[in-house]
Amino acid sequence: MTRLVPAAVLAAFFTMSGALAASAQSIDETINGIFASSTGWFVSLIFSNFPGTSFPWIVGWLVIAATVFTVYFGVIQFRAFGHAIALVKGDYSDPNDAGEVSHFQALATALSGTVGLGNIAGVAVAIGIGGPGATFWMILAGLLGMASKFTECTLGVKYRNEYANGTVSGGPMYYLTKGFAERGVGGGRILAILFSIFCILGALGGGNMFQANQAHAQLTNVFGEYPGWITGVVFAGIVFAVIVGGLKSIARVTEKVVPFMGVIYVGTALIIILMNYDKIGWAFGQIFAGAFTGLGVAGGFVGALIQGFKRAAFSNEAGVGSAAIAHSAVRTKEPITEGFVSLLEPLIDTVIVCTMTALVIIITGQLIADPNTGNYLLNEAGTAIQTVGDTSGVALTSAAFSSSISGFKYVLALAVILFAFSTMISWSYYGLKAWTYLFGEGKAQELTFKLIFCLFVVIGAAASLGPVIDFSDAAIFAMAVVNIIGLYVLMPIVKREMNSYLSRLKSGEIKKFT
Amino acid sequence: MSEKFVVGYDGSDVSKRALDFAVSRAEAQGGSILIVHVLEWSPYSFLTPQEIEERHARRTEELERAEKALMAPLKSTIAAAGVPVETQIKYGHVAKTLCDVAKKEGATQMVIGRDGDGGLSSRVFGSVAGSLVQVAPVPCTIVP
Repeated sequence: MTRLVPAAVLAAFFTMSGALAASAQSIDETINGIFASSTGWFVSLIFSNFPGTSFPWIVGWLVIAATVFTVYFGVIQFRAFGHAIALVKGDYSDPNDAGEVSHFQALATALSGTVGLGNIAGVAVAIGIGGPGATFWMILAGLLGMASKFTECTLGVKYRNEYANGTVSGGPMYYLTKGFAERGVGGGRILAILFSIFCILGALGGGNMFQANQAHAQLTNVFGEYPGWITGVVFAGIVFAVIVGGLKSIARVTEKVVPFMGVIYVGTALIIILMNYDKIGWAFGQIFAGAFTGLGVAGGFVGALIQGFKRAAFSNEAGVGSAAIAHSAVRTKEPITEGFVSLLEPLIDTVIVCTMTALVIIITGQLIADPNTGNYLLNEAGTAIQTVGDTSGVALTSAAFSSSISGFKYVLALAVILFAFSTMISWSYYGLKAWTYLFGEGKAQELTFKLIFCLFVVIGAAASLGPVIDFSDAAIFAMAVVNIIGLYVLMPIVKREMNSYLSRLKSGEIKKFT
Repeated sequence: MSEKFVVGYDGSDVSKRALDFAVSRAEAQGGSILIVHVLEWSPYSFLTPQEIEERHARRTEELERAEKALMAPLKSTIAAAGVPVETQIKYGHVAKTLCDVAKKEGATQMVIGRDGDGGLSSRVFGSVAGSLVQVAPVPCTIVP
């Protein structure tokens, strides 16, 4: 019976699509208009600047937090790096726990939720607006973000709920309530509720609409213009089949293909970079020069910095709290071990994959510079750098890759669609966890959220990039506002766990099994 | 030293034949039997968030089911025949796990069945029997 439901809905979608094809363009415009006007206030609130500056307070909030955690835990991201690798390899896993979720599996699943369009489209947005210098700040934010991720994932495991039937639920909702109660600090419950609301919005925004939107952009880039809602309806149908219809086979195939797409993507980027090896030095020169002077981009070096930090946070989600949900089901007696493993995530996602995208865009010369001054030329509105094909977002990345390897845009389109899809599946899960935290566990509650989620796929594909990307960022950063307050309150608990574990590791009480 | 037979068992007809063979040898030589059921598992496979959440519960179910459906009936029948018998249920790569158990438990012999299906998949990926021939730490009998 459940198998029939997705088929029936798909059929209904296609009937509808035939009837509405004539007024397609106006549907997109209507959706776009309603969307932009109804979310504007939220976006302005999150991205308002520090008084008297042009620096959004939320970017400062994230970077200051990441810096505080880096200092507080004594640059744990570098000290525990080798141990993190050993944990992922399974050196410290008890063989008798075989069959449980391993560190590798928790990391891989969390990564498939974060490695996605942020790495392909988000980086292009950052470079397109902030210039090559944004790359420098992005890498720095990635390195600092490792400490944020470490903190939140340790707490995610430590304060997860384990139910009688053996399933587990974890995430900021749980450590905000349980952890605050343990420390005798009030307000945990309110923060948990706020986090859940923002998490639902983030799941619908960055975890859904942005993905659908950019998948559509890439499809039109390859196959020519056609209305966005068509992509939306098809995507929604497939997402529906997986999350409502329980078609695990699709999800399983995606989970297996995504890592390979990631490897192909990074491999291709490396090939393009090596093909232009003579420009590598120049590209890094541009990145460093741009990081401190801006090279003429809108907002100067502050513009580059804001773009770099913003897109890094959006891509690796450090401090946002989503990873704490993904990592919480691992089998371990020591919550801190999952913290160590999770700090590899921003490294892989931002420092490696995002940097590859940035280097390819810079090296292939997509950005147009004034030959006399070396500064980048801005578009007419003065909001972004002129590019060779007048492209932005995922189309810019696609143009950069295709300029060296023709036909790569088809591979990229496939990668984009798969990344978008796996990110949607991951975020539908995060959103669902927040939803059931608010409204209670139950079939009816779950179905309601899943249907809303599918509806937003269509909206995301139909709306234009600007309003979608603004709302997506705002919702995801709003999660970080609440989550980081929690991390500040609970970081002494993480430090205690860390010191205890590291001393036992040093004394040999914690041993390798292999 | 009395013989200890490690028998790989998955409930299939060939594994039953292997077990019968091992029991008859153990009976004749005064040895004991250790039946091992391995559930194929890799810690490096990819799971969805939903599967991760339910993993611990699924594992508990799988272990219970294997114990009830496969192991419990064997224990009573073999013990009734007067042969000392133990059972273990493990997760992992089948051949490797059988070898690990044999080493750890000080087994003197291993017995497994083979399905004799020389199909394409076993040519490409190898079979449990084929791997054990190469890596078994103790003498290994393969029952057709």
